[in-house]
Amino acid sequence: MIEPDEIPSDRRYTPEHEWARREGDVVAVGITEYAQHELGDVVYPDLPEVGTHVVAMEEFGALESVKAASDIFAPVTGEVIERNEGLIEHPEWINDSPYDLGWIVRIRMDNPSEFDALLDAAAYRAHLDG
Amino acid sequence: MTETALRETPLSQAHDARGARMVAFGGWRMPLQYQGILAEHLHTRAAAGLFDLSHMGRLSITGPQALDLIQRAATNDASRLRVGAAQYSLLCNEAGGVIDDILVYRATAGWRLMVNASNRERVVAHLEALREQHEYQADLDDRTMSTVLLGLQGPDSLAVLQPLVQSDLEALRYYHFVDTELADGLGPASISRSGYTGEDGFEITMDGGDAPALWTRLLADDRVQPVGLGARDTLRLEAGMALYGHELGETITPYEANLGRVVRLDKGPFVGSEALARLAGQAVARLLVGITLERGSVPRQGNLLQVGQKTIGAIASGTFSPTLKHPIATVFVPPAYAAPGTELGVLIRDSAAPARVVSLPFVSHQTKVRPPGDGLPN
Repeated sequence: MIEPDEIPSDRRYTPEHEWARREGDVVAVGITEYAQHELGDVVYPDLPEVGTHVVAMEEFGALESVKAASDIFAPVTGEVIERNEGLIEHPEWINDSPYDLGWIVRIRMDNPSEFDALLDAAAYRAHLDG
Repeated sequence: MTETALRETPLSQAHDARGARMVAFGGWRMPLQYQGILAEHLHTRAAAGLFDLSHMGRLSITGPQALDLIQRAATNDASRLRVGAAQYSLLCNEAGGVIDDILVYRATAGWRLMVNASNRERVVAHLEALREQHEYQADLDDRTMSTVLLGLQGPDSLAVLQPLVQSDLEALRYYHFVDTELADGLGPASISRSGYTGEDGFEITMDGGDAPALWTRLLADDRVQPVGLGARDTLRLEAGMALYGHELGETITPYEANLGRVVRLDKGPFVGSEALARLAGQAVARLLVGITLERGSVPRQGNLLQVGQKTIGAIASGTFSPTLKHPIATVFVPPAYAAPGTELGVLIRDSAAPARVVSLPFVSHQTKVRPPGDGLPN
């Protein structure tokens, strides 16, 4: 169980409030607790097809909340190899469990060294506090 | 307007204490949501939601020619109102476009208007100008700052409010109000059986200083949850009710917005009556309709509507319907595309989402008694 104000140290972050957790050459991607809170109730995830090639820091999908749609940015460049199909029926997982059940896609990295350039938990905390 | 210039309602501290997310709206600092829009919306439909609506403009018009001023400014026939009744009406410009949509209340000692927050100053100036122009003996008093407006909406509203009110609320009909005394020294209040959700419920106007005690008292009831402007918007859209700036505006006529029934051309001249009389005899160029979409991307104001490759309109309001669990929207379309069942496409993030025209409202009203000849959608 991750506390609401905790920023997990097992993954890295973008300034746009996505997280990326490394699994070999693959990263799982989601949005942070801060991002889900700002977005409000998510009602639909607009996700890329498996096989889509995404580019670091470019938008690759959107999360629809009741009030607005919000772009999601790719933390790394690579190919979408899996998406969280459960979110179609349960978009609320993004709000209720942003770091776990609410993962959004898995991306196979073109260049795994890109991961190291992302913010670590301390740097993301500083970004939030800044 | 800068953050520091925002007006605060007497309930601002209560909203902060509840952890509300506060936003700027119509020049006011108002609660967007407390626990979340979906939960607040569904709670209102299931039990009772409490709204701070103090940003809405509350005007009092008195004097021997108060009715003449209202009749000159508004499209509906206020002379048909009995004391204790309210009426939906419009203020139009000379071209027949809508300046604001309002409620007109006939009280024992004069008249009251409820106007939109974002239009209040413009409406006051418009009414003052009409009074000067026609030399009406009428006094206009803007009571917005000294009073509070609360909404209590949902099926449990009557059971929640009745113990706090000396008058019999069960007997109060839809679109009627009573000036009464609250129990336990909570102060005097005007209670109207009306609302903007499609549910049974009440709107309570009272002195600003008395309001925090009633707010706290109502929230002490387990059936009541506070509801912000986010759910207010999803509730009113499901109920097919117009929101100024979306379904209504200066370039939209009442006929296009399906509000011809509150334009009473037979009552004598009023601002816009000549233009509206011409328009009443013509076919409309576009008509407000509802559309629904399968679960998926949500249409938002401004998204274009297409038939094939042809653009035929733009979304007026769009949201995810918490009750129906799919997106809903309103849009003005040429009459040829207005029939229920017509299939259209909404352009959202460069792809066309299939949509279908449906009858309004999206969610049927639960109000106890239908208003006679008033402006609410059927």
